[in-house]
Amino acid sequence: MTDKTSVDVRSARKVYDATSGTVVALDSVSVQIHKGEFFTLLGPSGCGKTTLLRLIAGFESPTAGEILLNGTDISGKPPFERPVNTVFQSYALFPHLTVRQNISFGLEMLGRSKDEVARKTNEMLELVKMTAMADRKPQQLSGGQQQRVALARALSPEPEVLLLDEPLSALDLKLRKEMQHELKRLQLETGITFIFVTHDQEEALTMSDRVAVMRDGRILQVGNPREIYTRPVDRFVADFIGETNFLSATIDGKKVRLTTGDTIAASGVEAHTEGAAVTLAIRPEQVRVGDKGGLAATVAETVYFGTDTHLHLTLGDGSELVARLQSPPSGEIGLAPGAKVSVSFTEGAVQVLEQ
Amino acid sequence: MARTAEQKKARDGWLLSLPALTLLILAASGPLIIIAIYAFLTAGEYSGVIWDLSFKAWFQVLFEKDIFDGTVSLADAHLTIFWRSVRLSLLTTLLTFTFGLPTAWFIATRPLKQRALWLFLITIPFWTNLLVRTFAIMEVLRVEGILNKILTGLHIIPEPLQILYTDTAVLIGMTYVYLPLMVLPLFAAIDRFDFRLIEAGYDLYAGRLTVLRRVILPIIRPGIVAGSILVFVPSLGAYVTPRVLGGGKKMMIGNFIELQFGAGRNWPLGSALALILLLIVGIALIFYVRASASENKDG
Repeated sequence: MTDKTSVDVRSARKVYDATSGTVVALDSVSVQIHKGEFFTLLGPSGCGKTTLLRLIAGFESPTAGEILLNGTDISGKPPFERPVNTVFQSYALFPHLTVRQNISFGLEMLGRSKDEVARKTNEMLELVKMTAMADRKPQQLSGGQQQRVALARALSPEPEVLLLDEPLSALDLKLRKEMQHELKRLQLETGITFIFVTHDQEEALTMSDRVAVMRDGRILQVGNPREIYTRPVDRFVADFIGETNFLSATIDGKKVRLTTGDTIAASGVEAHTEGAAVTLAIRPEQVRVGDKGGLAATVAETVYFGTDTHLHLTLGDGSELVARLQSPPSGEIGLAPGAKVSVSFTEGAVQVLEQ
Repeated sequence: MARTAEQKKARDGWLLSLPALTLLILAASGPLIIIAIYAFLTAGEYSGVIWDLSFKAWFQVLFEKDIFDGTVSLADAHLTIFWRSVRLSLLTTLLTFTFGLPTAWFIATRPLKQRALWLFLITIPFWTNLLVRTFAIMEVLRVEGILNKILTGLHIIPEPLQILYTDTAVLIGMTYVYLPLMVLPLFAAIDRFDFRLIEAGYDLYAGRLTVLRRVILPIIRPGIVAGSILVFVPSLGAYVTPRVLGGGKKMMIGNFIELQFGAGRNWPLGSALALILLLIVGIALIFYVRASASENKDG
């Protein structure tokens, strides 16, 4: 724990009683989130990311373990005694209050003076560009506007940490992109620690300072977006974040031997014993397609995506590989199904993972 | 074409409402008009009315003339009855709300499958005749009744309590009778309530009581208003419950009106009292309309 740590989750465990026995929602999760950081919990539904968020918010208490905020254990405190605010997935705006009243709610509850409540509320309305809508009721607003009010309401008490539970999932694509920028801007302007929950890997990569990838109640990997994308710790992370080719191989000296019999260079070989069976992860955009000097492959199919063209390839032993090539100006990549090509990989692009 | 089809639909709708409308005019408005006329006539010697215009009934509502010296004074007994009716009805509304809110909350938070069962249980009392149920309460409350037996048996009280034939007995009886009328609209309102708003309240530093006061109660207000009207209005005109549990001593407006048409042999006074009861209900309804109107404006 350092002065830089905002939220320190120590071996937090959460078990629910269900009719079919107990369900482990969170299995001994430990993670440290730095002050002023945009931290994302990423994973498929049911991975425990929302449970972790609710533990930090105080809506649930951990079955075991503790949660520290700025060095103090807050595990036993109710949500209304934690300097932490939440932007809910469904926004949960108070329907009987106006936009302005929604935003000032937290400040009033904290017993701030009338002047301060009014000043701070106006500031927040300005910040999320909702001043013109201040006297409307939430149900008179569009989804994006409700989202901004929810943000302003959670930010107005100036929490130590802002928790965001899939706040963009209800918005359409264009609005979601806009709000991603908006969120990033607000985080930089306020300097508040953001903990963001999402199942959208692109959202996680583009917005976060650091990402924690979760699965089955555990954190698999924590790192900045580049580390997560380029150095996934296992097959699940590699597969969940972006698209990846997986090839079976065995360790052969300082190289790896593919099932086709060819040996290629790979990073991470040292961590494995000679002859061990491993999985190789290769991003499609790191696959080079040429005439000679690589692995022999046959084009099975080409799929045009506009900017890119995906080339589905079959290697000598029948294993499949996808290459993502930049589309030429004509859009025609000039490779028909059945064409023989030679495949190689960019230096450092081949990752050795546990099988 | 569309317009004529619409017109036809409107005309059919009107035709369909005709039976209900006829019944309403004959059964509700008819007697009301008779009552409104009777209130301004002279009382017949042995009940009934004499067709002479008179405001005596209205005078009698509030004042009484001494038979011997002819001095006029306020009719304290009448005022006591009015006050008791309003007071007991308000208290009944308050008590049904106090018991009804947790009950409705409990039902609304049960799993969907269980809710139907709980709602069904709430309506069971309606299966039995009100009079029978009221006598059952009498059996519970009387001096040698179940309640006193338990309380003295457990040495909680040394002497049996005289609850029956008091305002308290009437209050207990009316709370029992009208509780479902409070629970059902409250349930409907809580059922629509978004429980995530409670978390939002906690998250924004509101404690439990503050969340109840600032978030839950304002949002379920339509249910509270509807339940209160459904309890307050019939409470005000209650007849059977005060008659049985109040033992004829603790009269409410309903009993007092009945007395005028029966032993009192003063139909005009009874009619005037009925109109006053209607007036009080009307005032209560104005509050109701105001409350729902401001709700719409808010919403």
